[in-house]
Amino acid sequence: MRPASDQIWRWLAEVPDPEIPVISVTDLGIVRDVEWQGETLVVTVTPTYSGCPATTAINLDIEAMLRAKGIADLRIERRLAPPWSTDWISTEGRERLRAYGIAPPIDGTAPDGRTIARATRLSGANLTVPCPRCGSASTERISQFGSTPCKAAWRCKDCLEPFDYFKCH
Amino acid sequence: MAEADLFEFLTRMGDNTLILGHRVSEWCGHAPVLEEDIALANTALDLIGQTQLWLGLAAEVEGKGRTADDLAFLRDAGAFRNLLLVERPNGDFGQTLMRQFLFDAWHHAMLSALCQSADPRVAAIAEKAVKEVAYHLERSADLVIRLGDGTEESHGRMQAALDDIWLYAGEMFLADATDAAMAEAGVAPDPAALKPVWQATVGEVLSDATLTAPDTDFSHKGGRIGIHTEHLGYILAEMQFLQRAYPGAVW
Repeated sequence: MRPASDQIWRWLAEVPDPEIPVISVTDLGIVRDVEWQGETLVVTVTPTYSGCPATTAINLDIEAMLRAKGIADLRIERRLAPPWSTDWISTEGRERLRAYGIAPPIDGTAPDGRTIARATRLSGANLTVPCPRCGSASTERISQFGSTPCKAAWRCKDCLEPFDYFKCH
Repeated sequence: MAEADLFEFLTRMGDNTLILGHRVSEWCGHAPVLEEDIALANTALDLIGQTQLWLGLAAEVEGKGRTADDLAFLRDAGAFRNLLLVERPNGDFGQTLMRQFLFDAWHHAMLSALCQSADPRVAAIAEKAVKEVAYHLERSADLVIRLGDGTEESHGRMQAALDDIWLYAGEMFLADATDAAMAEAGVAPDPAALKPVWQATVGEVLSDATLTAPDTDFSHKGGRIGIHTEHLGYILAEMQFLQRAYPGAVW
């Protein structure tokens, strides 16, 4: 018997992101579709960043989880459009990121390629990213590029801890 | 529109990101500060990821059973279609940054236009890549300004870098029969149409950086039709070594 789609979504919600294991692949918003095509289960996944090395591991983890649940006939498809956005990260996922020490993305703050507003963007001056450890709003950006493609490096000026910010994409 | 023209266009896109991605990756472990090392590695990673998409589609369009990896690792220099600009040596950090900035400003304009491509596969890749490249452009523009409008030493190095790389920038806006076919089919913009956008971005940043672009329209050219500088051969020798020495080796 074919398990229903909502059951499969619940299983996928237990597949952790390989880099940030406190959130699942469904929290990240990268599973776009789950569909039975005849006897084959097709799971459609979108990459976060084009070059994210975790993509292969994510597909393998999804496949391993579903096989462990008894689904032998399955296929994972990649879908590029619409492109993944951090807007798709779930509310619960954002809270779990914060509890893990990663400041969640602030929607609507991705760069648009225009250099006009450069002065306000320098050092992230137009962004207030609360420290995930002490909650202080007195923080500053160290680098727009952090430990993985999806993160920026920030530091708290009150508790003095460095932290990752899951940058808006 | 012939499939051969589309293949040619896609290899131009993919070879630019592949060769620049490889060049930038050469900095890994060597950058002046840790944060820049990480930023360079992340930029290279984005570019290599975009290469997989462009060359993957090129291989699919070609329909001869080749893969993105085959195109990256088993073609010789004469078959590469990247701009000469991206194969320029890294030089010092200033030269690397100036090359990156002039490329990013073009890359962002190109991808923004490609989001409207009549070919939905091209548009999908562009929509994905443009979000990453917006971060590249933001970083390279900021650093060109900080270093150009910095100390006497950093200003001098950035001006020297600009004087050198400027003579390679014009190739981005040259058009040939492939570009005409792409523009006619609505797949890609006429390269010359990107120049005003590029000039606006570059002019604004160079002005803030207190740098002066050379007053010349001269440009080296040839990369887009497979005529390269000697530097590409050295890049390929390193990048393709494993597949050449151990054909068919897999991870």
